Amino acid sequence: MKFWLSAAVLLGLAVTAAFTVQNEYFFFAAYIVVQFVILATAWNILGGYAGYVNFGTGAFFGIGAYTAVLLIKAFNLPLGLQILASATVGGALGFGIGLLTLRLRGIFFSIATVAVAIILQTVILNWRYLGGATGVQILRPPVTPPFDNYVKMLFCVAVLLAIVAVAIARYVEGSWVGRGLRAIRDSEEAAECTGVPTLKLKLLACVVSGALMSAAGAPLAMYQSFVEPESAFSLNYSVSALAMPIIGGTAHWIGPVLGALLLGSIQQLVTVTISSELNVLVVGVLLVFFVVAAPEGIVGLARRLLRR
Amino acid sequence: MSAILKVEGLSKHFGGFTALDSVSVAVEQGERFGLIGPNGSGKTTLINCISGSLRNEAGSIVFDGHEVSRLPAYRRTRRGIARSFQIPRPFKSMTVLENLIVPLQFVGHLKTADAETQAIELLRGMGLADKARTPSDRLSQVELRKLELARAMAARPRLLISDEAMAGLSGSEVDEVLKILFDLNAQGITIIMIEHIMQAVMRFSQRVVCLDAGKIICEGPPTEIVKNGDVQRAYLGA
Repeated sequence: MKFWLSAAVLLGLAVTAAFTVQNEYFFFAAYIVVQFVILATAWNILGGYAGYVNFGTGAFFGIGAYTAVLLIKAFNLPLGLQILASATVGGALGFGIGLLTLRLRGIFFSIATVAVAIILQTVILNWRYLGGATGVQILRPPVTPPFDNYVKMLFCVAVLLAIVAVAIARYVEGSWVGRGLRAIRDSEEAAECTGVPTLKLKLLACVVSGALMSAAGAPLAMYQSFVEPESAFSLNYSVSALAMPIIGGTAHWIGPVLGALLLGSIQQLVTVTISSELNVLVVGVLLVFFVVAAPEGIVGLARRLLRR
Repeated sequence: MSAILKVEGLSKHFGGFTALDSVSVAVEQGERFGLIGPNGSGKTTLINCISGSLRNEAGSIVFDGHEVSRLPAYRRTRRGIARSFQIPRPFKSMTVLENLIVPLQFVGHLKTADAETQAIELLRGMGLADKARTPSDRLSQVELRKLELARAMAARPRLLISDEAMAGLSGSEVDEVLKILFDLNAQGITIIMIEHIMQAVMRFSQRVVCLDAGKIICEGPPTEIVKNGDVQRAYLGA
């Protein structure tokens, strides 16, 4: 109840801001931060709860973006349907990739996910209809009332998506599914021998995680008015989506949210004030710092301080 | 008495190494069954095949009248085969209580509240009740062994496979674990005990099978096994 109340307040704040704050750049930057909240939360469902490190976030994100592009070009579908379709494609992709790779454990699974990202990027790169390597220009449709600005509207949509993602992660975490995933992370063999259908649960986590990642990618086309494979499938998404939960803490749903807000905001600040290249360094430095100093992330750090 | 578990012609290779060579063995309902053999003789491979952690290449495993050798491990657990691990594998991010809730929920399909009540009851039987809220990575060796058994029992098995539950424990701790196993057997649970501590396995078992190099070299009551020439050769060398 408290969760849903806070979520409603947050969404209310976002919409209010959209109508009161004039500076459009604020929303342009905030959208990216919120997008990373979705990606980090989605990554954590498989990577944090089950311990299967997915290096292919970029693949899911890019497929989400290109599903939207395809639907815009072919049928001119509205944004809501683009997101739903992207989530469906992402979920299906998660199922397929999961079936192929989830029998691999540890580092082998991670390598397989990198491979998938490269394969999918290559496919899009050679798909003329979707612009190929040069990318594709998208014309934004007129903004949906009551909004008066497309970027502000996208920001509100992203906040809504983030709330949905966090709610799903929170539900998974507290349910028997989450307990099973934790058992898998701790010892897959013991989990299987205590009645946990490990492959099914991992597949489920992979589908949910993939659907959310692709949903996060869907609005990219409208946000940038332009999509090209190199940036849509960027390894940066994979690295950030992994670094943010680790920095925030993987054991609790709030971890990825905190990590994404912290890291995402710093990245945006650095991009504006210093350089757009330096923000990758920020991720690296913070990641190393947290792995060494607080392996359980901000959440673990807070718990330790509270116990004292 | 009728056989609850019937293994026939079971074979398993790892590359060119033959870990199990056409092993056939039957365990009776309610029996206390001992499995011994020198290191590398295939004991753990055999029970990994029975519990489903490994797939056998040839042969059949019939549990309670059903062929289970093609079922994934979790389905065999749901049918009533539970095991403990030689090297304890607790769910270390969870408390002792939560460790037991996993099988209670996934096998017994209980609600969390009911699962907690039953978990506490099981822990009491093992003498672990006061550790229920302790994170499982803070347990001592003997407590970990007990947790292994308790978690296996939480799956409500009819066949419990205890893989060296006593290795590395002190004399009085061995007695403690033995008593737990005797109690479980008295409740009607069939038990397969794999053990290196001869005194324990001989005291516990009604029937003992000795494996060597993937083959059964002898089978009989404990008193006969210790006198058997093949067993002595396998353990001590000829």
